[in-house]
Order: sequence, then C-alpha cells, then structure tokens
Amino acid sequence: MKKHLLLPPGRSFSRLLAACALFSAALAAQADLNIDLTGSGNNQIPVAIADFGGEPGTARAVASVVRSDLERSGMFRLIETGMSMNENSAVDFGATKSRGADAIVVGSVGTGPDQRMESRFRLYDTNKEAQLAGAAFLTPAAQLRGAGHRIADVVYEKLTGVPGLFATRIAYIAKLSPSRFELQIADSDGQNAQTALVSKEPIISPAWSPDGSRIAYVSFENKKPVIFVHSLATGKRNVAANFKGSNSAPAWSPDGQRLAVVLTREGGSQLFTISPDGSNLQRLTRSSGIDTEPHFSPDGRFIYFTSDRGGSPQIYRISVEGGAAERITFEGSYNVTPRISPDNRTMAFISRRDGAFRLAVMDLASRQVQILSDAQKDESPSFAPNGRMILLATEMGGRGVLSAVSVDGRIRQRLSGSAGDVREPAWGPYIK
Amino acid sequence: MKRFFLLSLLSLFTLFFAACTSTPETGDQQAGAKVEERGAPDGKITTVDAPNSDSSTLNPILTDPKNILSRRSIYFDYDSYEIRAEYKDVVAAHAKFLNGNRNYRMLIQGNTDERGSREYNLALGQKRADAVRRAFSLLGVGEDQIESVSLGKEKPKNPGHDEAAWAENRRADILYRDSAQNKGEF
Repeated sequence: MKKHLLLPPGRSFSRLLAACALFSAALAAQADLNIDLTGSGNNQIPVAIADFGGEPGTARAVASVVRSDLERSGMFRLIETGMSMNENSAVDFGATKSRGADAIVVGSVGTGPDQRMESRFRLYDTNKEAQLAGAAFLTPAAQLRGAGHRIADVVYEKLTGVPGLFATRIAYIAKLSPSRFELQIADSDGQNAQTALVSKEPIISPAWSPDGSRIAYVSFENKKPVIFVHSLATGKRNVAANFKGSNSAPAWSPDGQRLAVVLTREGGSQLFTISPDGSNLQRLTRSSGIDTEPHFSPDGRFIYFTSDRGGSPQIYRISVEGGAAERITFEGSYNVTPRISPDNRTMAFISRRDGAFRLAVMDLASRQVQILSDAQKDESPSFAPNGRMILLATEMGGRGVLSAVSVDGRIRQRLSGSAGDVREPAWGPYIK
Repeated sequence: MKRFFLLSLLSLFTLFFAACTSTPETGDQQAGAKVEERGAPDGKITTVDAPNSDSSTLNPILTDPKNILSRRSIYFDYDSYEIRAEYKDVVAAHAKFLNGNRNYRMLIQGNTDERGSREYNLALGQKRADAVRRAFSLLGVGEDQIESVSLGKEKPKNPGHDEAAWAENRRADILYRDSAQNKGEF
C-alpha cells in the first residue's frame, strides 16, 4: 500500500507542485466513493453552466465539478448551453432564458500567480439580467477540484439562500478486510479519498474537531478501545483517553476545548469530559445503567446522550454543568445516537421500528418525530454543516455504504466504495 | 495568527493584481472579482500506520487443549449479562490460576451481536466483561490482576447474520499477560 509522501521543507515551489501532482496521482489509484442521486427536491432551480474558457483541460475539469455538485445536490436542474463563455463574455440573456435557465454560470481557468491555478466565474440572474456573484479562486494544480467546489458553493448559496457544502470534507471508516481498517477523508462528493490511518484492528466513532484540523476516534489497536486525537496534516496523534477499562464515543465541544467521552474506569459506561490532550478529567453522569454516545448541542449548553437508565435505550440530555438529565425520546424501545443540527432545532437519531434500525429526526421544539428511511440497518447519522443533509451508514446488498438524506427526506444520495464496507461517516466543518 | 496575516496580505496583493490586470471592464459589471486564497496545506493528509500490539505465547498449560484453562470463551444469552451455570468450572479454574500466579494479568473482552448502534453495543459488551470480572473478584482475584473491556460488535467471531452467528458473538474472551516476563496475548 502507498506510503505518505514527505515534502522536504525549503525546496522550490515547482518541486512542491510536482510532488503534489504525484501525490494526487497516487490518490487517484485509490478507490474513491461513487455517489448516486436517488431522489431529488420538488422545485429544482434550472441553471446553465457554460463551458469555461481558458486552458481547455482544466476549464473542463472545473466546470464539470460545478455541474456535478449542483446536480447531485438535488436542488438544481442543469440546462445545456452548448457554448463556451468566460467571465467577461457578454451573456445573451434572452437566449439563455429561452432555454429555460433562471441563472447562468460563466468562467475561465488559467495559470495565476506562483503557478497556481486561477478559476474565475460570474453568476447571473437571467431574468433580472444582473450579476449575482463573481469571484476567483487560487488553488494548487492538485487541488483544482476544490475551486470547482467553491464555485458551486457560491452558486448554491446565492440561488437557495443556504450556504453550500461542496467544499467540505467527510471522514469515514473503510473496512477493506477483517484485518484492514482505514480512516479515510474525502471531498464531500466522495472523490479525492485519502487515508489518514491504517490499522489491523477496528476504528470507530471518528469526530471532527470544530476547526477541521483533527479527528478524535476510537482505535482497538491495543486490544481494547482507546481514544486518540489525530492531526490530519501531520499524522501526529496523541492518546486522549486510555484508562483502565473501555474508552469510547468522543465528542468535541463547539469551542474545541473539551471532549465528552465514555469511560468504564469507575464502573459501568459513564460520561466524562476531558481535554483533547488527555488532561483535566471530570465525571459528568452518575447512573446505575449505561450512559453513552454523548453529543454537544451546537450552542455548547447541553450534552445529548443515550442511556438505558429508564429500562430501554433512550435519548436524554444533561447540562454541560451536570445536574439532572431530561428524557427526550419516548416513542419505541430503542432510540440511540443523537446528533443535533447546527441551528439547534432538529435532532437526528436512530430508532428501531419493527426490528429495523432507521434514521429519524425530531423537531426539538414540538418533539415531533419523523422516520426518514425504510432501510434495515441505519447507523451513525451526521449533519452537514449547513444542516440540510444528514450523512449516515447503512447497508445495501450486504455491504456497508454511506447514504445522505435531506432533512425533509426528499433528496437522497448513496456513496459506496468499490471494495469492502464503508461506515462510521462524519461530515466535517466549514473550513474558513 | 501569523499565517493568517500572511494569507490576508497575499489575498490583498492578489486582489490588487487581479483588479489591475486581468479583468477588463465590461459594461456595468463590477470589475475585479473577489479573490480568495486557498493555501496549499489545505487538504493534505499524512497517512500513518497504527502500531500492532504483538501477542506472544505463554505458559503452555494456558493453551493445552486438554487443560480447562484453554477454554477462554464464555457465551451469553440474548440480551443477557449473566454467566450461565455451565461456566462455573471454567471461571473457577481461571480464578485459581490467577490466585496462584500473581504475575499474570487477565484482559476480559466483552462482545455483542451485530444489531444496533456501535457505541451502545460497546457498552453492552462491557456489561458482559464486567460480569466476568465480578465473578473473578468474588473468587478472590485482585483488582490489579484483571481488566474488563469491550470490543462491542467490532470483532465478530462468526461474520454471519443469523441467530447461530449472533449466539457465537455474544461472548466474553479471556486473554493473559505475564507481567514478570512482559509478554502475553495482549
């Protein structure tokens, strides 16, 4: 298997560029995830993405990322233009409108300063005949797709009013054989998959730090569950919790200063908080049953968790200061894995219904529950940073795959690897 | 902070550069699109290999198939965390060994079947491992000699998806380590 490329410091930029190109070539050999849209929104916005001007190969690459991002989101219907237009072309609004497009994206790709690629674009409203957005993104050649994702994000936000999430990344665990587990990081479209950790033993529960630079996870490499915090760029990792007994279910506080964890060191599975460097341990819950799967509310005030203190596993929440727990779920006998939307309004969780484990959402104000899936083995929901999609693990034809569902249940995508099981997804934060 | 400042400076420069050179005026469109810098380190990921914990062989009586100490698995009923009566002799034999060999430590790994959440199953597996640990404590084994942990549903002995497979996976396993010789199965 591939080894990581160490880039020697202080070498010339062209060497760095060459190394980047090599690196991306090495990555291309690796299996990316394939993504299929299996359901879409009701009112798709018709949008035309012109062929971009500039260097033909790179222009085609960027425009194609923009097109597939928008199409895959289920929010847009792509309109053919059959024309190449750069950001300075005069747009024939009448012709574009007559093709049915409410908006058009034009642009170009060229070589910018320092041999980086410069992707420029403008987005027009064809009805108002006015520019809605225009920007240029500079990227190293190896990260040209990133520029396409950034453009798609701007278009998505201008046309839907919700921030886009194409430039974000996802983490997940690939089980390639019973003795090969990988923590992988991919673009939100499943492409550009890179491996952060390879292990002969299972890895579970990856959780992104709020700044997107680190991932906490549980590794079984020491024949028991131990929590690590892993810096993605450097590959450096530290033990956050390796106490006697099991150490699991890490969750970051929104400020990145604390981890909520589950430890059995004092008997039973109980919630604690700890600094990501493993210092300053504090116990949070004291119950006679199981307390696990902690998850901070985005405002940092509550920790939602799963507990069987009432006889069956249900979701509760407790103030981060401690105190009495409040029960949140009541329908059914198995409700687990709470995840709160970034706007603090919706809780995604897994509910057992008729023997099947299904993705459910609860409106936290009304406590209304809606089941969003008809699958058998849903697990590990994770909100996209814009709160519109939920990524989760499920099973298709006996294999572990990832699925993304919009919060209203209309838009569905499936992400699957070419080999092995893919599971334990975690959607990364926006990177500023 | 410093890096951010440098990036901002670079962005400003690029903005200036872009505004001056590469965006000709076209009618009433704004000249000079906003330029955003995306630094090279973004997206770079270093691959690391998790170290393997090596396991080595111990006192042969622990693995001799004719010796009761080679029996290392305790199976549990569905949704149960109690040790069945049939394992009384196995537990007693291991307790006797630990009491007579204070340099030996034991790791008890609890396991579950595949149904349900990974982390909740980890907690359920812990209940099985804890039940076995308590049985040893009652037989006089020192706390410092035993550790109970869980593998949840992550290491199924039987990869199947039926009741027979699940029954095999509802299990606690016993591993030994000789702390005097610093070698063992964990």
